[in-house]
Amino acid sequence: MNNQSTHQGIAGFLLLKMLRLLLLVAAVATLSFVLVSSSPVDPVDAYVGAAMLKVSPEQHEIIAHHWGLDKPPAERFFSWARQIASGDFGVSTIFNEPVLSVICKRFVTSFWLMALAWSISGAIGFGLGMSAGAWEDTLLDRAIRLYAYTMASTPIFWVGMLMLMTFSVSLGWTPVCCAWPLGLSAEQATFWQRLHHLLLPAITLSLTGIAQITLHTREKTIAALRSDYAVFAHAQGETTAGIVFRRALRNVALPAVTLQFASLGELFGGAVLAEQVFAYPGLGRTTVEAGIRGDIPLLLGIVLFSTIFVFTGNFMADLIYQLVDPRIQKTAGGASP
Amino acid sequence: MTCSRLFDRRTRTLLVIIGCLLFFFVVFLGAWLYGRQGEVTNLTLRKISPGWGQPFGTDWLGRDMFARTLQGLRLSLGIGLLAATCSAIIALILGLAAATLGKTVDVVITWLADAGMATPHLVLLILISFACGGGAKGIIIAVAASHWPALTRVIRAEVMQLRTSDYVRLSRRLGKKPVWIARHHLLPHVVPQFLVGLLLLFPHAILHAAGLTFLGFGMSPHIPEIGTLLSESMRYLSSGMWWLAVAPGLTLVVSVMAFDLLGNNVRALLDPKTMRE
Repeated sequence: MNNQSTHQGIAGFLLLKMLRLLLLVAAVATLSFVLVSSSPVDPVDAYVGAAMLKVSPEQHEIIAHHWGLDKPPAERFFSWARQIASGDFGVSTIFNEPVLSVICKRFVTSFWLMALAWSISGAIGFGLGMSAGAWEDTLLDRAIRLYAYTMASTPIFWVGMLMLMTFSVSLGWTPVCCAWPLGLSAEQATFWQRLHHLLLPAITLSLTGIAQITLHTREKTIAALRSDYAVFAHAQGETTAGIVFRRALRNVALPAVTLQFASLGELFGGAVLAEQVFAYPGLGRTTVEAGIRGDIPLLLGIVLFSTIFVFTGNFMADLIYQLVDPRIQKTAGGASP
Repeated sequence: MTCSRLFDRRTRTLLVIIGCLLFFFVVFLGAWLYGRQGEVTNLTLRKISPGWGQPFGTDWLGRDMFARTLQGLRLSLGIGLLAATCSAIIALILGLAAATLGKTVDVVITWLADAGMATPHLVLLILISFACGGGAKGIIIAVAASHWPALTRVIRAEVMQLRTSDYVRLSRRLGKKPVWIARHHLLPHVVPQFLVGLLLLFPHAILHAAGLTFLGFGMSPHIPEIGTLLSESMRYLSSGMWWLAVAPGLTLVVSVMAFDLLGNNVRALLDPKTMRE
């Protein structure tokens, strides 16, 4: 296959993915709008909160009119969809700030947490999985498997609480809350201060994230060790470690990378819970606040944003397959797998 | 494993099933008999760490944490079971419908499943629980409405394969309606997938329900669901009352692991590739 058609294949692949993303966002937007507008929670009451009794019915109506809540749902949906299409996500009611700027600011804070946790869990999970698979049914394998199964059944917020009790309260090694020292703004905090605050939530998030990648890599490694090329290498006198790290590694790495990219949804969900425990001011905590205090524009914005986030992960996984796996390039020529 | 040499998979699975049923029974009976104890405040017995009288200690109002954990576990298991069952039934109906009721229905259901899987689970849970206005009802609906897509795909794929088999084609030629074929020829074949799917959904449902209540959606603080207990104990972490968080959390982990083991064992037993181990 020459270079020209490979490029065309990639371009077609990208176009197809963009189209799918648009359709998906449209679907999620429609469904979530229907869900939100069927909520019995009155957005005005949720907004004024405890001051509900002080707000007269007239004032209530003025606020509702200001937000366009007195119009029928269908009309509201179309005006909202038109706004979204032009890139305007509205104004968050609890932060009194454009939704997009809230999401951007909070996501940057969350991004470092998720990136660190994601890399740790990917690297350690892969290593553990390969070791468990290479020495199947040994004490090491059983210990790793027990760990992975336990973590798969453990709520991440409870792990976070245990970590907080041990390292922050008892030992006092790490701070109890927030992403930077109290009293400072995000810009004033130094890199080391931020890393210090980031460390415990990130470790918590990666501890539970390791489970899936470990078990998956273990299965793949065992399958690779039973394949013809591994048996052949064994017959030639190669050691198990040699086969695993010199021959099976490539075959196992690709699905593992794909899985790790495809797990961004769970990473996001885990971040919501971890941020709640550590009072880490990221996008996850904002999601919870938006849900509890009835900030509909923000909630819808976050739903759409997280959909794009998850889609990007799956897209990266597909793209890596396209670029790295020589088998796909030769057979499919870049068409959607 | 040493265990696999002692018993074959069938016996082991049976043992796990009996164990889980017993566990269920003990939790529900215990919560029914002893759970009331958790509402009694006794200010002379405040903040006692775990010991003989109070195996899980007492909280800042002198309430027995063991009784509260039992009640919380009963609620968590109940919510998880109800939500997982609803979810699995939705998946069964949609999966059968997608594969039998023609192209349009299939496209719509596949589209719905894709949209449902496109958003992180927890965000979707928050959205749906907000849409239902919170409460226990909101949590059950949220968990039920967000966990069906994966199982729907499995059942749909299974039925798609069956659809082209000889006896289904013959039945269609004999003039049977799609719904009749689905009920009499297809449904019995997907029952194993359905059961395994339901059992594997159950631990997920418990964890997600606990996560939602921990975040503060739903349950009022007076109802001791495990998630609520844990989020309450957050406030007392810095005062050194570690047992408020450790004991209920550990019970939750153990029960989720038990039901996960159950699901995996039943799956391995029903899967022809591994059933003879």
